Amino acid sequence: MGPGRPGSRLKTGQIIGCALVKARDTGKNRPNSKVMAMLVVEKLTKSFSKKQAVASVSFQIGKGEVIGFLGQNGAGKSTTLRMICGAIEPDAGDARISGYSILEHRRQAQRLIGYLPEGAPLYPDMRVAEFLDFMADCHQLRGPARRSALERVINDTRLASALGQTISTLSKGFKRRVGLAGALLHDPPALILDEPLDGLDPIQRSAVKNLISTMAPDKAVLISTHNLDDIPAMCSRTVLIDHGRIIADETPEQFAARSAGSLETAFAALVSETASATY
Amino acid sequence: MSPHLTYALTTAATAWKREVSTYFATPLAYIFLAIFLSSIGLFTWDISGFFEAGKADLDAFFSWHPWLYIFFMPALAMRLWSDEKLLGTIELLNSLPVSLSGLVTGKLLAAWTVAGAGLVMTLPWWIMVNYLGDTDNGVIAVSYLMSWLMAGAFLGIGSTVSALTSSSAIAFVLSVGASFLITAAGWPILSVNIDSVFGPALSEIVSQFSFMTHFSPAQRGVVELRNIIFFLSFIGLSIAATRLLIEYRRRVPK
Repeated sequence: MGPGRPGSRLKTGQIIGCALVKARDTGKNRPNSKVMAMLVVEKLTKSFSKKQAVASVSFQIGKGEVIGFLGQNGAGKSTTLRMICGAIEPDAGDARISGYSILEHRRQAQRLIGYLPEGAPLYPDMRVAEFLDFMADCHQLRGPARRSALERVINDTRLASALGQTISTLSKGFKRRVGLAGALLHDPPALILDEPLDGLDPIQRSAVKNLISTMAPDKAVLISTHNLDDIPAMCSRTVLIDHGRIIADETPEQFAARSAGSLETAFAALVSETASATY
Repeated sequence: MSPHLTYALTTAATAWKREVSTYFATPLAYIFLAIFLSSIGLFTWDISGFFEAGKADLDAFFSWHPWLYIFFMPALAMRLWSDEKLLGTIELLNSLPVSLSGLVTGKLLAAWTVAGAGLVMTLPWWIMVNYLGDTDNGVIAVSYLMSWLMAGAFLGIGSTVSALTSSSAIAFVLSVGASFLITAAGWPILSVNIDSVFGPALSEIVSQFSFMTHFSPAQRGVVELRNIIFFLSFIGLSIAATRLLIEYRRRVPK
């Protein structure tokens, strides 16, 4: 099995494939013979003070792929996502969205990204409708396009009943949906969602998972999550990060096969394996 | 118009709209206006003894402005950026395709609009002094203009300091300190002491940076272009400094 192929262990700094990624022969979730890489992450590196949070992380996501970005708390998931969408600047490396570098063509790249930050930070004093209007202004949506975009996200995230409510009065689940609506408003080809299901009740979780699955064929989706149960239903690939390094990049089936079908056991085994190899 | 400028202006308009609605959606603007008007009224009519002076002018009113702005403008500006950090919305803003210069300018303009609203609410006093006697309206008009420009410069200090911390309270205290220093730099007591210790050259340089030095001529009805340029340049510099601080935090987050 060659480097970068499903099931292989990746080395630090390794770039997986090139702009055109051939479908993986073992990936039953990849119907396309060729997947265009919409999001390319190249050797992203970030340190805070003397601690290295992310070390030369590379992967890419094609159109129609939903990547589950897994890792323990503090593994470097959120830092990687924040660098990809330009919220923080990497010490080294780059991320390209449809060919636009987040460093060199930041604005163009950010137009193509929908980002839901960890905890879905929002303005508590605003009403839901005002927040969505603000996001539409930031994306310079005007006229009929703006109206149809607002209608679409309100419908998709089921926010119609909460439009007049002040954000501070909303439940955690509703807040998450407002943040998701803001990320989806401009219909971006790349979606970066940091813990999108956190705080949602089972019905809301199911609705959001369905929404992601519905949108997935036209988008490159990167989802950070702690909850391994969400992976098989949503994701076509899992990327595992530990201590700032990618330690696995494979389909959920291959990932589960590491430990008799249990994602949780496979996750724990892989992380402890890496820890023992490191220390 | 260049696409960059158009983009910055569009973002500034978006940020202005959001901030102004925030000021009036929370009690902040109303409390600010109520306390500002009460204080300036108290100092003008009571402490300065307006009615005993028997003059139909607003000298007493404008003479308090720099000193009151030391406290009131930091109160308006303290949450401009510190709240974004506290709520985590700075991360959302940094991920959006917006102009950072436009964001900084729009937020500052929103605070400046509220300060302007405070000044507009004192206009009935201008009408009143006209009713009481023969008033030099030119002096009052110039004083209003320069007072509003000075308020913008004070807000510039507040905005920059607010970008340093996620605590509104700390931003307020630091802004008050910085505002006091830059106002008192033109105070005669301070100038005389600097003069005697360090010589007249340094004393002159220090006083040239004082807001008092650039506001006082307006109270005599003198419009000096250099004073207008000073306040506008100060506001421009504070916008650049705030932008740099936010950009720095994007590179070196805590």
